[in-house]
This record gives sequence, structure tokens and C-alpha cells, in this order.
Amino acid sequence: MKQLYEKHPLAIRWFHWVNFPLLTLMIWSGLLIYWANDVYRIGWGDTTLLKFFPKSFYQALHVPFRLAEGMALHFFFMWLFAINGVLYVLYTAILGEWRHLLPSRHSLRDAVYVTLYDLGLRKTAPLQGKYNGAQKIAYTLVIIMGVGSLLTGIAIYKPTQFAGLTTALGGYAWARAEHFILTIGYVVFFVIHVAQVVRAGWNNFRSMIAGVGVINGPTPVTRETAKAE
Amino acid sequence: MADSTSSPSTDEAVQRELQRRSRRAFLVGGVAALAGLGGWRWLVTRPAANGTPWPLRGILNANGQLASEYFSNAHLAPVFPRSQAQEPRYNGKVGLGGNFDPAAWRLRVQTDSAGGIRALTLADIQALPRVEMTTELKCIEGWSVVVHWAGARFADFVARYAPAAAEAPYTYLTTPDQQYYVGLDRQSALHPQTLLCYEMNGQPLTLQHGAPLRLVAPVKYGIKYLKRIGSISFPTQRPPDYWAQRGYDWYAGH
Repeated sequence: MKQLYEKHPLAIRWFHWVNFPLLTLMIWSGLLIYWANDVYRIGWGDTTLLKFFPKSFYQALHVPFRLAEGMALHFFFMWLFAINGVLYVLYTAILGEWRHLLPSRHSLRDAVYVTLYDLGLRKTAPLQGKYNGAQKIAYTLVIIMGVGSLLTGIAIYKPTQFAGLTTALGGYAWARAEHFILTIGYVVFFVIHVAQVVRAGWNNFRSMIAGVGVINGPTPVTRETAKAE
Repeated sequence: MADSTSSPSTDEAVQRELQRRSRRAFLVGGVAALAGLGGWRWLVTRPAANGTPWPLRGILNANGQLASEYFSNAHLAPVFPRSQAQEPRYNGKVGLGGNFDPAAWRLRVQTDSAGGIRALTLADIQALPRVEMTTELKCIEGWSVVVHWAGARFADFVARYAPAAAEAPYTYLTTPDQQYYVGLDRQSALHPQTLLCYEMNGQPLTLQHGAPLRLVAPVKYGIKYLKRIGSISFPTQRPPDYWAQRGYDWYAGH
């Protein structure tokens, strides 16, 4: 028989969906800023495999000559982005949701198995709780990346008042590069995240909006319940 | 798990409950998304204050206010070995046009609020204690370069030539043709690393880099390093600033 269960707390859903447009705006305004000194690339010597970013990319998005606008947006939305992130971390820490999210000693192995399973190279997926090992690692890593973005951001925003931080991060130019790399990391995260949500199907997506999950039959066996037996 | 929800007894009842909750959640989510979009439209269509919508300008100014709260003269910009110094690129020529004769140049200083004006020569500035430092010039565009500077502390200059202005809340500098102008808060102007600079990397300034005298302020972005200083005054109201009028942050401080 079908059963409903509470999957995602209301607060978590709000944090998630508020973060989505805020992070998008931070990346967008960051791109407007980055354009003014777009020095990063993947390559060596005179060989460039990938330039960040090609001219056509900027032109398609109407990026050029919007540095001032980008800075004004970035230094406005940084507050909302940071506040939402801090509230999320506090919520998960205080209400115990972190138990579902923090990787355990099994997570790395499980993540490998889950990935193999997702790629069709393994027949069964490992037992899991609310999130599988790969999810736990990804969702924790993205929070650490958020902390990294705040720190590298402060380091390039106030490199004199927080000179110690800037120096610890390798200096001003390095801190800027790290800030950029983390941003590319969010884009990679986003692509994988959306692909996995599409794979997981409608019930899973709906639970992130409505909070409620639906299962067939008795309560499924999870790593937590399996341990209890 | 299921006990936290009222447990409907049949599959159809479960389905109805699921649909009811989904409908409500998607409705709330849709309204929230529209509200967000509306908020964004509202924000970016506000009348501009100096080239940026006024709410953004307000936050830029508030950020500057906050920064000045924890600003300290004890916080120094990192210094580097002189061997790392490089030639900065020539960036920004506003205010450097015209036929300019460095030999005939005088620095016009408004020494007090009564409007007293003093004309100084480069020798007057060089008579102040000479300070050398190797700091990183950070352009608002995002690049940075280590440069070795020599000049006089702005604080020493004020103490010697404009002591009545020592408590003035703002400093305002312009090029001789007044095409380029910069405003500074008092703290940043009097910071020990803020220099009236006459030498760069061991050589007298070139015209491109602001001869005979330019500002160097490692606590600010390069846009505040005004070249070819023509006049200095100490207004009581926040003075205009060339780039701040074009959408950038007035404070622009590190």
C-alpha cells in the first residue's frame, strides 16, 4: 500500500529554493566583474585548451562593459546569499538534519558504488538513508565550497583590513583565482545535480517542493534501519 | 516514518492527500517565484543614483560605512620585497591631456574652510619625510601589480601644510584640468600608507604615470590613485568622484 512520509522539512526547502536564484545572481554578477580581467584558462605555454571565456560566450550573454553593474549587484546580493547560507547551516546543525547530510565512514565507498550503479556498471545500489553516499559528499562539499567562496570573497573584497586572510590564501591574485575556481565548481555541481534530479524522476523532485515523499509497501530498508535489526 | 503524516487508509486516499499537498506547495512556490521576479524587476528599474539603481547605491554606501567602522590604521596593506616590483600598465588617461609643463606646475591646496589657498612646489613636498614602500596596486578591473613607490605621507603633508584641515571628514583631489577627480574619506587619506608619490620603481614619475605628483593609496582601488594632482581640498560634505558618478562604489576601499 502507498504511504506518505515527511521527507524534506519546510525550512530546508525554503533555504534551497532561495539559494538557487541568489547563487545564480552571484555567478551572473561575478561574470560581469570577471570579464574586466578575464585571464584564466586551462592550458600550458602557448597551448590553450579552454579559455574562460570565449568572446562569443560574452557576446551571447551581453556581458561586456558591465563591471560597475556587476560589482553593485555582487555587493548587494552577497549579504542575502551569505545570510541564507548561514541560516541553513545553523538549521541543519541545531535541528539535527546534519545527521542525514554529513558523510560517514561508509560514504566514500558507497559513493563509488552508487556512481558505478548510476553508470550501469554495478547491479545493485548500496543501502542508503535519506541520501546516498555520493549525495552526502556532494551536499557537504557544496557547503564547504560556500564557506570557501565567502572567505576568498572577503580576501579580495578587503585585502588590507583582512590582509592575514588574503596572505593565507596565497595573496590577492591567488585568492581571486580560488574564488573563480569555486564558482566553476558550482556550475559543475549544478549540471550533475540537475541531471540526477531528472534521472530520479518526478516523485523525488516533487518532494523538494511539497516536502512529502511517497513509498509503496512497508517502510523500506535503509542503512539506518538495517543497522537497527 | 509514515506516522508523522495522518495515515490515509487507501491508495486513493493517499493519492488525494499527495495531490492536495502538492497543489498547495506548487501554488506557494509559484507565488514566491513571481514575487522574486517582481522584486528583481523592481530593483533594476529604480531610478539611478550616480549610475546605479538607488537601492544598490544605498547598499554600496552602507558597505562603505561598515568598512570604515572596522578600518584601522594598524591594518596595513601587505608589503613585498622590492625585487618583485614591476612596471604597472598605463591605464586611465582622463585628466592627463593638454600641454602640460611639469616645471610650471604648482599644487594648489585649500588649507582651511575659509578658503585660504596655498601653492606648493614639488620641492615643498620633497621636503617632507621621504617614505618608500613596495605594495600591490589593485585595479578595480581585477588585475594587480606590485610597485615600489616613494613619496611623502599624506598625513605628514596635512600636518605641515594644512593643519587646519586635519579633522576635515573628506579629502578631494583633482587634476589641473579638473577632468578627473577623486574623493577620499578622512581615515583613508590619513592612513600611514597613503602617499603623495613622486617616484615609481626608483625613477621620477613619467607623465603617463602622473608626473610630477600622484596619489598612492593601497587601502583603495587604483581608481583613487589620482595622477597629476592639481588641487587638494578638504570639504565637509562628501565630494564627487569620477568613477563613483559612473556607477562605481564611492568608498572603493580595501
